[in-house]
Amino acid sequence: MRVRYHRDAAGEAPESWDSEYEATPMRDDGIETATLSGMDVKMLYTSRDVEARPEELSGQYPYTRGIHKTGYRGRLWTMRQFSGFATAAETNRRYKYLLASGQTGLSVAFDMPTLMGQDSDAPTSRGEIGHCGVAIDSLADMETLFEGIPLAEVSTSMTINSPAAVLFCMYLAVAEKQGVPFTNVNGTLQNDILKEFIAQKEYIFPPEPSMRLVVDSIEYCTAEVPRYNPVSISGYHIREAGSTAAQELAFTLADGFAYVDACIERGMAVDDFAPRLSFFFDAHIDFFEEIAKFRAARRIWARHMRERYGARDERSWKLRFHTQTAGVSLTAQQPQLNIARTALEALAAVLGGTQSLHTNAMDEVLALPTDKAAQVALRTQQMIAYETGVANTVDPLGGSYFMENLTDRMEEEAEAYFERIDSLGGVIPAIEAAFMQREIADAAFRHQQEVEQKRRLVVGVNEFMSDQDDELEILRIPLGLEQEQVQRLHEVRRSRDEARANRALERIREAAANPNQNLMPLILDAVRASCTEGEIMGAMVDVFGLYTEKAII
Amino acid sequence: MTASSAPPPPTARGKAHPLRIVMAKVGLDGHDRGVKVVARALRDAGYEVVYTGLRQTPEMVVEAALQEDAQVIGLSLHSGAHMTLFPAVVEELRKRDATDIVVFGGGIIPDEDIAELKKLGVAELFTPGTPLKDIVEWLRGRFPETAAAPAP
Repeated sequence: MRVRYHRDAAGEAPESWDSEYEATPMRDDGIETATLSGMDVKMLYTSRDVEARPEELSGQYPYTRGIHKTGYRGRLWTMRQFSGFATAAETNRRYKYLLASGQTGLSVAFDMPTLMGQDSDAPTSRGEIGHCGVAIDSLADMETLFEGIPLAEVSTSMTINSPAAVLFCMYLAVAEKQGVPFTNVNGTLQNDILKEFIAQKEYIFPPEPSMRLVVDSIEYCTAEVPRYNPVSISGYHIREAGSTAAQELAFTLADGFAYVDACIERGMAVDDFAPRLSFFFDAHIDFFEEIAKFRAARRIWARHMRERYGARDERSWKLRFHTQTAGVSLTAQQPQLNIARTALEALAAVLGGTQSLHTNAMDEVLALPTDKAAQVALRTQQMIAYETGVANTVDPLGGSYFMENLTDRMEEEAEAYFERIDSLGGVIPAIEAAFMQREIADAAFRHQQEVEQKRRLVVGVNEFMSDQDDELEILRIPLGLEQEQVQRLHEVRRSRDEARANRALERIREAAANPNQNLMPLILDAVRASCTEGEIMGAMVDVFGLYTEKAII
Repeated sequence: MTASSAPPPPTARGKAHPLRIVMAKVGLDGHDRGVKVVARALRDAGYEVVYTGLRQTPEMVVEAALQEDAQVIGLSLHSGAHMTLFPAVVEELRKRDATDIVVFGGGIIPDEDIAELKKLGVAELFTPGTPLKDIVEWLRGRFPETAAAPAP
């Protein structure tokens, strides 16, 4: 159907425009014109599509146009490439390479056993060690990971969720050994357990004790590590699991509000912790929709924080976010094309005002990136920052009829989802009812069907295929490192004060059983006593139990 | 059937019902978008699909396939542990005397690994970008006698 543009009774287009429009043949290729998420897009937007509202400026409530008055003129985004593989020593070498290449922050990827809170010698760690990221079992590994990297000078983001408290304490213990006071430690912990239940599924404990640990870490950071962001409320994984942009926006912000509610319930004042909450979004391939999503996110957060939670500190209203380009948009076919996809997605993130950015490497669809591919990805950000000129103006798309209209519609869709989640009793009951999980699975299936029916084209996959896909050299993780890592772990257990380690674990069990006690200082003690990640998590499993989800298709 | 009782004789499997497929996530990763989309497509194509959920060990997957009297196991894995865990499923089938169950897999699997996994007894591997109909057609080719009704 031709939806040309909105006309109301008062505003007819000139007749000549209309007749020319009718006479012009349209493309008839069957390709969807709705956004990737299914929002209708008209051919032309005019002033009538935009709600009249007072002039919005950057750095002012509700921050649609950005949280800083000066945008990237004041400070560029942090170029933060996510990396980690094999052993701590290998990854340490990669970090030094990235810092030498001009990267401005570190971001740790852990391997699956670490993400799942188990040691490298657990039977189910077999085949997984060092593959998806770096293997960390104890403080000794964490020390190796940051050997020669001054933690007072670098900010570090750690992608870890259920065992986040444990890995964060290991990081703090390394800072301690380097003589860096906790008040100078800078960085971000992902620590967003709600999206694990919703999308990425790296949960261990049931929702309630999981939430308690998150609140414990927020409370601890607020008091002891004030420059650290204790949670990065993440839409990335929700989107990669197949959600639409509006679902990503809605579920992520709903999770954010759930953390705010939980901290308030703990007795914290909203302005004490809210300024340190941060966000993490996906930048997918539908360019304008993504930018609208980022703009809407800021506006929604600001409004809810001020009006619903009564936050008075402006910093509590400001939604700060990291962005990663969409891994799921990358193709194994003609993988060099992924450089172009990533560049476009990164541009959307920058036009949307991101605070930090990870650009995917072309080969990440096949394996962890090689040095070469990782460098091209970083260079892409540097081109956007320094060659294109896009960083010179704040929110350059602000005021565009289409952009403002899409931003408004994103906000409306998110609000509609908040109501549905509220009607189910909140985020955790909605998770238990598999509401978000089903919405995401439905959206993923719908998208796959559109691709199969060629209503969505993916270059190199269902159109413009090439007979000779260029082979990429990919990073291989030697299976032999499993043995090395297990030996290192056994050496740690052999050389520590066993009685001290056991005492530390016992104290964690006792504290876990007492919901009024903050677990963080006890976890830190256990880490200092060289207790392993699996042991500390195991002590908490003894009290909290394990969570399993109902499998739905 | 409990874990200790004997599996049905291989020849008996699958005669009483349309092709039954156990779809499983092996390993530690929780990326279930792919397995769910494929499971739904196979169900829409008329097959009986049982989805095990996440974090299945090779032993659990084979046990599920025997319990469900399935002829096919579909494995999904995105963490890079396929060279360890896919062959472990085939090996477990051998131990349980159930090598008539056909194993296929999907995920982020480099070409060289595909060749190696096929040598080790995995019947077919599907990588990112594979159209769902290719997976359905492969199953129809492999089990012509149980060809499911085409999707409505």
